[in-house]
Amino acid sequence: MDLTWSEHEEAFRADVRGWLEANLAEWKAAHGGDVPSGDTREGFAIHLEWERRLFDARWAVVSWPEQYGGRDASLWEWLIFEEEYYRAGGPQRVTQNGIFLLAPSLFEFANDAQRDHVLTRMASGEDRWCQGWSEPNAGSDLASLTSKATRVDGGWRLNGQKTWTTRGAFCSHLFGLFRTDPEAERHRGLSYLLVPLDLEGITVRGFGRLDGDEGFAEVFFDDAFLPDDALPGGVVLGEVGAGWSVAMSTTSSERGLTLRSPGRFLATARRLIEGWQALPESERAERGDLRHRVIQAWMEAEAYQLQTLQTVTGTVEGRPAGAESSLVKLWWSELDVSLHETALDVLGPAALLDGPWAKGYEFSLSGPIYAGTNEVQRNVVAERVLGLPRK
Amino acid sequence: MRFSFTEDQLALREAVRDLLAKECPPEVVRAAWPEPDADGQGPGAGARSTPEQLAAVWHHLAEMGVLGLLVPEAHGGLGFDEVAAALVLEETGYVAVPHPVVETVCVAAPVLGDPAPDRSKVGWGEVAISGTVLDKSLDLRGPGGKADEVAFDRAALGTAAQLIGLSRRMLDLTVAYVIERKQFGVAIGSFQAVKHHLADARLQLEFAAPAVHRAAWSLATSDPNAARDVSMAKALASDCAHLVGRKALQCHGGIGYTVEYDLHLFLKRAWALEKLWGDAAWHRDRVGRALGV
Repeated sequence: MDLTWSEHEEAFRADVRGWLEANLAEWKAAHGGDVPSGDTREGFAIHLEWERRLFDARWAVVSWPEQYGGRDASLWEWLIFEEEYYRAGGPQRVTQNGIFLLAPSLFEFANDAQRDHVLTRMASGEDRWCQGWSEPNAGSDLASLTSKATRVDGGWRLNGQKTWTTRGAFCSHLFGLFRTDPEAERHRGLSYLLVPLDLEGITVRGFGRLDGDEGFAEVFFDDAFLPDDALPGGVVLGEVGAGWSVAMSTTSSERGLTLRSPGRFLATARRLIEGWQALPESERAERGDLRHRVIQAWMEAEAYQLQTLQTVTGTVEGRPAGAESSLVKLWWSELDVSLHETALDVLGPAALLDGPWAKGYEFSLSGPIYAGTNEVQRNVVAERVLGLPRK
Repeated sequence: MRFSFTEDQLALREAVRDLLAKECPPEVVRAAWPEPDADGQGPGAGARSTPEQLAAVWHHLAEMGVLGLLVPEAHGGLGFDEVAAALVLEETGYVAVPHPVVETVCVAAPVLGDPAPDRSKVGWGEVAISGTVLDKSLDLRGPGGKADEVAFDRAALGTAAQLIGLSRRMLDLTVAYVIERKQFGVAIGSFQAVKHHLADARLQLEFAAPAVHRAAWSLATSDPNAARDVSMAKALASDCAHLVGRKALQCHGGIGYTVEYDLHLFLKRAWALEKLWGDAAWHRDRVGRALGV
């Protein structure tokens, strides 16, 4: 066991930190210091400017190969980048669905032409990708989805509806699962398609989330024709009919272990501690219970970091995690809620009115729902980690 | 950065695991049961083993060198560090070894095995191997009182490691039980309510164990944050064992609430260890002070 960073890694950390300090301040200042949420139309555009800035300095996708705008960074460096990014108060990554969810599948299943065309444009923000998996009647039970792609001369005819499509109203492309074999049931006969959203017959309608932002969209396909050559290398990712396994492979990958790395929660825990320390002495003395919750939240964020170091070691040494990733999702999503609930209790009623903690709290409540509800994750843990019977 | 163990450490753990699986089954733990139970049965009620078997566990551990794990080789110990000790103590927790393992491995042996002057005249081997009961007035402090704190932290770490082992055991017992036990014509482990209880138990284990291993590393390397890290480990491990114990008892139903079934051996050990060498609240407080909270 060696829990120290190498000189090389420390130098990498110093580079990240230095660049972020200078550039974050500049970007924020350019927008009056108070940047609107990236889940609003106005804020999304401003966040894209930030993504472009990251990309130009090759910080957008550090773990990707250099030819696609990355740095070939190791998983360790990826972790360090994430830690520094959130420590510095870096904004949400509006490109995340592309770079964290689609890209790992592209690295594994795409042909060269698809990779060459899609990856760099995605990392720079030139193309904005949203995820088209959920449907009105296919949420946790994703395999029940009914959106269809029918084979026609020169392409596919798309029909159906996707929903809960994060930032869909601001995106240019959608990656999604469609039923290409009408005879097959459940997870068979699905294909993973790459779809430009400007095709005739596609309608995207944004709608409000609980936090008030237009962060969601529903996407309607009315006999939309998707030509085979809409993208270089074709519009099908992997084999026709193998969409389920392509989609499921994104749960963990070599280029970033998780959508929500520990750095984000360590940073939130640090801000929570600062909030506590800012309370008057007399108030702190009276709120011993709350003090323990602050400490507990910090410990849980720290425990996430440690578990991640252990997981990365395993991955680097050829022992990749499997269904344990469901434990990770349970941990960070519940931790995020408790960090924010604790902070709101520390700050008192005024904090609920507005401000980053109230906004963050609302967002944290979506964590136990998205990316597979925590109920589904608990089933996965019980069945695939503990070996309990499915039925 | 490498958060994993050396071949040597893993081999030692395997050896201890094999030894304890053979020498310390639940029957032996029962033989150490000190009081008559409610039915008026004598000490060790329900035991299918003898006091000799109980004593043999200690002697086997001594023979293997486990009791002097942290004593330098020059002084007759194995010369391992706290990381190895944490792995081994997890195993002693898993089988609930009914002997003062943490007190010996983490406190008495390293303190008495320390060649610094002014130490007790009692040799560490005497305590560890013959099981001499230490006089309560024995001064375990080294020069400047420093060793005292380190010994305390080592004991808290060792106890946390045992709690991780106990948690694993209670979870393993319960998983096996809910797969086996049928109600309404199916294994009760197929019910979502049962699954979610056990997923929650597994979740706490997944995140408490690395905290214990990190604390061991911090102690082994005299990291400036060692005391904080030990406290985080003990707080998380105590809470983990408590929760896993509750889930285990609940998922067992009535059988878990009997003296006859083994679960209570592990459950009660966990309750005791949660409070020893500082309970979760005490350790959280110490983490808080280290963080300036």
